[in-house]
Amino acid sequence: MRSATETQARHAGERPVRVTRSRRPVAWTGLGAIVAIGIFAYLPYLVYSSTTDLFINVFILLSMASMWNLLAGYAGLVSVGQQAFVGLGAYFVLILAQHGTNPFVALPVAAIACGVVALPVWWLVARLRSGYFAIATWVVASAFELFIQRFPSLGGGTGAPLPGLSGLSPTLLTADTYWAALAVTVVALAVVYLLLRGRLGLVFTAIRDDETAARSVGSHVGRARSFIFMVAGAGCGAAGALLVISQLSVQPSSAFSVQWTAEMAFVTIIGGIGTIEGPILGTIVFFALQQNLSHYGAWYLITLGLVAISIALWARRGLWGFIDERLHIRLFPVGYWLWIDSQPPARRLPGLRRRVRDEPDQEEPPRKP
Amino acid sequence: MSWVNAVIQGILTGGLYALFACGLSLMFGVMKVVNLAHGDLAVVAGYVAVGIIAVTHIPAVWSFVLVVPVMAVLGYVLQRTLIQAALGRSVLTTLLVTFGLSVVIENGLLQFFSANSHSLQIGSLVSDSFSLGSQITIAYLPLVIFVVAVIVLLGLQFFLSSSKYGRLIRAVADDREAAQLSGTDYRHVFGIAAAIAFATVALAGIAFGMVSAFDPSIGTDQLLLFAFASVVIGGLGSLWGTLLGGTVLGIAQQIGAQINQSDQILAGYVVFLAVLVIRPQGLTGQRAEL
Repeated sequence: MRSATETQARHAGERPVRVTRSRRPVAWTGLGAIVAIGIFAYLPYLVYSSTTDLFINVFILLSMASMWNLLAGYAGLVSVGQQAFVGLGAYFVLILAQHGTNPFVALPVAAIACGVVALPVWWLVARLRSGYFAIATWVVASAFELFIQRFPSLGGGTGAPLPGLSGLSPTLLTADTYWAALAVTVVALAVVYLLLRGRLGLVFTAIRDDETAARSVGSHVGRARSFIFMVAGAGCGAAGALLVISQLSVQPSSAFSVQWTAEMAFVTIIGGIGTIEGPILGTIVFFALQQNLSHYGAWYLITLGLVAISIALWARRGLWGFIDERLHIRLFPVGYWLWIDSQPPARRLPGLRRRVRDEPDQEEPPRKP
Repeated sequence: MSWVNAVIQGILTGGLYALFACGLSLMFGVMKVVNLAHGDLAVVAGYVAVGIIAVTHIPAVWSFVLVVPVMAVLGYVLQRTLIQAALGRSVLTTLLVTFGLSVVIENGLLQFFSANSHSLQIGSLVSDSFSLGSQITIAYLPLVIFVVAVIVLLGLQFFLSSSKYGRLIRAVADDREAAQLSGTDYRHVFGIAAAIAFATVALAGIAFGMVSAFDPSIGTDQLLLFAFASVVIGGLGSLWGTLLGGTVLGIAQQIGAQINQSDQILAGYVVFLAVLVIRPQGLTGQRAEL
């Protein structure tokens, strides 16, 4: 990126050139993030445990959705089998807890184990492309579910309660689970942000825009994708671990339900696929919908599905794209802005606007007309 | 002898799987669309059949006369609207849209028809059978379904290779711009291909409803995955490969069930994964062109 900047600088002649991560100073965003984490961490002291429970589910979905966004939005891998790792994460915690480990200690172990399992899974499913890749991940998830059901010690087909947490009072347990969920979410978002900011982020931008071209300039597309698949496996595993801790029991049919993947996908698409902010916004919309439609059975999922289809077809950049197009805000700046003549990049260049709409989130260096 | 029986039953079940798989294969072959809602559409066909039978009181065996045209029209409409709109954007969009469709259909069925299972009542036909020797009994129903599957595959093969419209479909599948230049509306051809695929899905859905009970969740839990496994085991893009793949999947499941009743489905997936490891292009596939 630096050499590109220097090239631009030479072209610009004597004029001073500046490169920033964001269009506006982002110190306040970082500060805001720290304050937000602080407030969220203090929340269990302020609200009833029903609210805390709701936030646990918000965090679980947000971490899953961020992982799915990483897969589909950046690596171009539409996996509809991420429930494999949700279920495995839950069951790894169960196995460790049955052997006397504290479930909260087991959580990171389960996440890492899911990341490790993701590697052979990747090796299998990567033999197929796009659509067939998607169904292959689904088959793998189904196979894991059937495999787990074979073990009577894990509750077979009916599931098992999670031991090891009966000593804690319900209030404290909810608060602990909440903090664990908050920690998982913060780590998940931080990992996504740092991954995309770094070299891998450039590789993914290249893959997203043109896979063949990315290969031809020497990007290790396969290696980058396998790494992302492992990260997403670990993230979904952590979410599954949180799930079993918050519900204190696990059933194979619900832990390995494709509904998890449906929810993460819908949330990501509605919020804005291929942006870090998208899943956050989508999760908020999801829970707003769920709170209002929860009395109507399966309607919330039908509504979400229809909204997601419409957005995928007619507003590909989702809600965050809508906001970004108007305000040029990036809470998580991962690209670069080029400033020439110390003039701020022009707000409304017709050409730029069109380009932004065609190629989501590509942060084109704006030039003077 | 029970093993031989398992293999024979497996082959017969394979006919049903091939019937499911050929629609998936056709849509991928012509439009490069992997329809994640494929299994749910088969379930929709089952519910349409239940509804039509309830209203018209025709025998369940003949319900396909009405259900197949209904599903074919649905296929044409769906292709010309949603799927075509998605195709114009990207592969990713097609997957997201069909996945969304799958979830919407499944939950819609759940909402309107509850999670109770239904089946198509065909009276004594479901259990009628004849014996071969002392150990092997073959039921007529799976045999008829197998024969229907073979007829459908033969018909599709003949249609695609010899009829004028089949040539058009192949031309559009090969190069839609070139077909467009020579005066073909490729969107219409895509619609026709989708209508054919949906017609086979309807047949498969009805056949499945006769063999066993179905509920809204079975479309994604089993049907889509079985169809997909048949396609991959047999080799992508080959119609006869899907029959072979369906048969292999059926045999694997029956042998799995022979070993342990609860391992039936898992055994099928294990064979699928093994094929993916050893021969990713499928049993009949020529090259690794996935």
